[in-house]
Amino acid sequence: MNRFAELLDRLVLTPSRNGKLTLLTDYFRGVEDPDRGLALAAITGDLSIAAVKPAMLRTLVVERMDPVLFGYSYDYVGDLAETVSLVWPQAPVDIANHEPTLAEVVAKLQAASRSDGPQVLARLLDSASTSARFAIIKLVTGGLRIGVSARLAKQALADFGKVDIAEIEELWHGLTPPYTALFAWLEGKAEKPRKTALALFRPVMLSNAVGDGDLEKLDPADYAAEWKWDGIRVQAVCEGGIRRLYSRTGDDVSGAFPDLAEAMDFSGALDGELLVGDPRQATGTFSDLQQRLNRKSVSPKIQQQYPAFMRCYDALQIGDEDVRGLPFRERRGRLEAFVRTLDPSRFDLSPLVEFTNWQALEELRRKPLHPVIEGVMLKRWDSPYVAGRPKGPWFKWKRDPHTVDAVLMYAQRGHGKRSSFYSDYTFGVWSGPEGSEELVPVGKAYFGFTDEELRQIDKYVRDNTIERFGPVRSVRADRRQGLVLEVAFEGLNRSTRHKSGVAMRFPRISRLRWDKPAAEADRIETLQALLDS
Amino acid sequence: MRASDLLHPRPEGLYCPPGDFFIDPVRPVNRALITHGHSDHARSGHRSVMATQQTLDIMGLRHGEGFAGTTQAAVLGETITLDGVTVSFHPAGHVLGSAQIKVAHQGTCIVASGDYKRQKDATCEPFEPLKCDVFITEATFGLPVFRHPPDTEEIARLLKSTEQFPERTHLVGAYALGKAQRVMRLLRDAGYEKPIYIHGALAKLSEYYQSQDIDLGTLEPATVESGAKRDFAGAIVVGPPSAFADRWARRFPDPMSCFASGWMRIRQRAKQGGVELPLIISDHSDWDELIATIKETGAEEIWVTHGREEALVRWCELEGIAAKPLHLVGYEDEGD
Repeated sequence: MNRFAELLDRLVLTPSRNGKLTLLTDYFRGVEDPDRGLALAAITGDLSIAAVKPAMLRTLVVERMDPVLFGYSYDYVGDLAETVSLVWPQAPVDIANHEPTLAEVVAKLQAASRSDGPQVLARLLDSASTSARFAIIKLVTGGLRIGVSARLAKQALADFGKVDIAEIEELWHGLTPPYTALFAWLEGKAEKPRKTALALFRPVMLSNAVGDGDLEKLDPADYAAEWKWDGIRVQAVCEGGIRRLYSRTGDDVSGAFPDLAEAMDFSGALDGELLVGDPRQATGTFSDLQQRLNRKSVSPKIQQQYPAFMRCYDALQIGDEDVRGLPFRERRGRLEAFVRTLDPSRFDLSPLVEFTNWQALEELRRKPLHPVIEGVMLKRWDSPYVAGRPKGPWFKWKRDPHTVDAVLMYAQRGHGKRSSFYSDYTFGVWSGPEGSEELVPVGKAYFGFTDEELRQIDKYVRDNTIERFGPVRSVRADRRQGLVLEVAFEGLNRSTRHKSGVAMRFPRISRLRWDKPAAEADRIETLQALLDS
Repeated sequence: MRASDLLHPRPEGLYCPPGDFFIDPVRPVNRALITHGHSDHARSGHRSVMATQQTLDIMGLRHGEGFAGTTQAAVLGETITLDGVTVSFHPAGHVLGSAQIKVAHQGTCIVASGDYKRQKDATCEPFEPLKCDVFITEATFGLPVFRHPPDTEEIARLLKSTEQFPERTHLVGAYALGKAQRVMRLLRDAGYEKPIYIHGALAKLSEYYQSQDIDLGTLEPATVESGAKRDFAGAIVVGPPSAFADRWARRFPDPMSCFASGWMRIRQRAKQGGVELPLIISDHSDWDELIATIKETGAEEIWVTHGREEALVRWCELEGIAAKPLHLVGYEDEGD
């Protein structure tokens, strides 16, 4: 249990992706079955343990210590799980001698009934060390919150076994904790586990951005063009009565879109974009789509207001036939016929965009006919469907980003290589009536600048600090003085969480406007106009 | 004699009227008795200072010679009489030279412990429990959440990390007096034999520790010599925590920020400070040490100072021990 606890403690404080991968692969290498598999399941969210409510945790602890002292402690720490793990009284020596393994902890928690759950938890906490207690509480209260996605955990598995991540993704949904067969294969001790489960995820094909000079080398006649829809990439797989809707990284998202899953009454595997609206009438914007994202449960009202549908652009399997090896031209033909058999309120076909030369396509790319289109896709007519991001067969050609001139307001120190640099910037635009304008923060960005520019901004921040709060500095920013940053972003969403009412998508610093007076930076109305268009 | 007539707080610090001296005064006074060399306890400008020889030496290093009008070295365990008040110094286990000060007069005995800890520390004399009527305890970590793990475990985590991330420099933030030398000594005791690189702010004090027969092994300055940029990949660099946010830290490849402090027990503190590897190593007592010490002294009354007084006072109430906060001002936790 201590090794798992230590892993969690390190992961939560390690900001870099590579650092996290090192910690995970070292853990997989150093820890035996079934502990490592259970840890993996805990991280990917595939470990089911009956939850203990925070109120119960509090009850357990104040049965064991003075409530006033607990109150002082909780006020100071601010996090219930952490407070309880720290103040839990040391157990008598005979219990404390045996440090339980993760497998023992999980087995006891899974065997516990609703009524004896709290007592089982209490006994486990008695037998554990301080950091192990924290890990146990995190397991039972749900949500480790350690900044590791299921995708990153799969990448660590791939690194550990020196295989391609696509192989892991393809197998994943047929496997169950503690993944003993998977680890045996990754360690070269056994054959690759066979795919026996139905409706598994197929690793997706990804595109490269069109770079400078790329198109000159390509013949337009070799490529089909489609709009690039700004929804979420999904894969709908139905096989032997099993229906699954996967995200592009192989997470099962069927639960979040029951309306769409309901309509998946076919046999095959389709690739496409999940959007909201009714494809026969109108496609919703990304803001509309957001109403359906990151929700624990989807009410019927929301489902009715923002129905989910899938705009299909590729076929991977039709009936029993795997068509991934066929050229795109042929797959497209099969897809067109197939989509015609599906519920038209839930499935439609991503239309092809006619063009004769790159110039003409450029025109279309710049002026897409719908706000939810973010550019065009190019797909080679003769390309098979292959996993990963091969260079050549698929390109994305996005419309140019939006830009706004904003004023630097706060700067935060970075991590690792950037730990001595103020490298994360919060910026704002002007709002309020003329004569009493105020800056309102509209976003945060930590890349887009060169190393030299980083040094310059860092110096500016240090020279113009007004206040410090831990790793954050507030920088002088008023009508007379302030650093103007040109910020590029992909789109804007309405936000009730931000004072400005807007949230930027994918913001980055595109230019430093040393030349521009702070008073001439943009106003919030400029952004609001974008929101309404 | 009532205890509060023997010692009581004044704006300058804890004052003893019959002996006419202050303990760890925060403003210049006529006669000061000083528990240890951390700057919030050991200020310059007093007319006369009594402290252990090591504390006097450390004050000289930090403030320069002439930090006081006259000085007198107190030998641990020996009693001295000041205007009829009996005074003696006893080890506190906090940092090199640190002492508790026992003050006795007309049948009343008070121990002012300064800062203290009970964990083993190879860089200073261990804390000596003293029987007394009133025990004045610090409360820097006076909350039940603070429980320091064994320091050897913390150092083992640091060494493991240097093996896991050999391409990075491990920058260990540790206060210049006490913590830094303890961390270095712990590394040596764990078998780490490579040179340890230190920030300039640590040089004089570390040299002094070495002169007092505390072996810290080979220490080298963490500076880039002109013309030859040294490769610090995989190295351990110790420096004051403030230096790591500074441009000074840029000379190291992909630094991993580590911080040796009792505060690192709280995850959010580590996170806010951008610390990647928190090392819970403290020169102050944790909650369990505080309450064990209070019981051990057998004191009927506990006075609680600098830190989280309310929790310790509450605990004393529950145990039926009289306790009150002293409300001394001017002490910060430089040492942790």
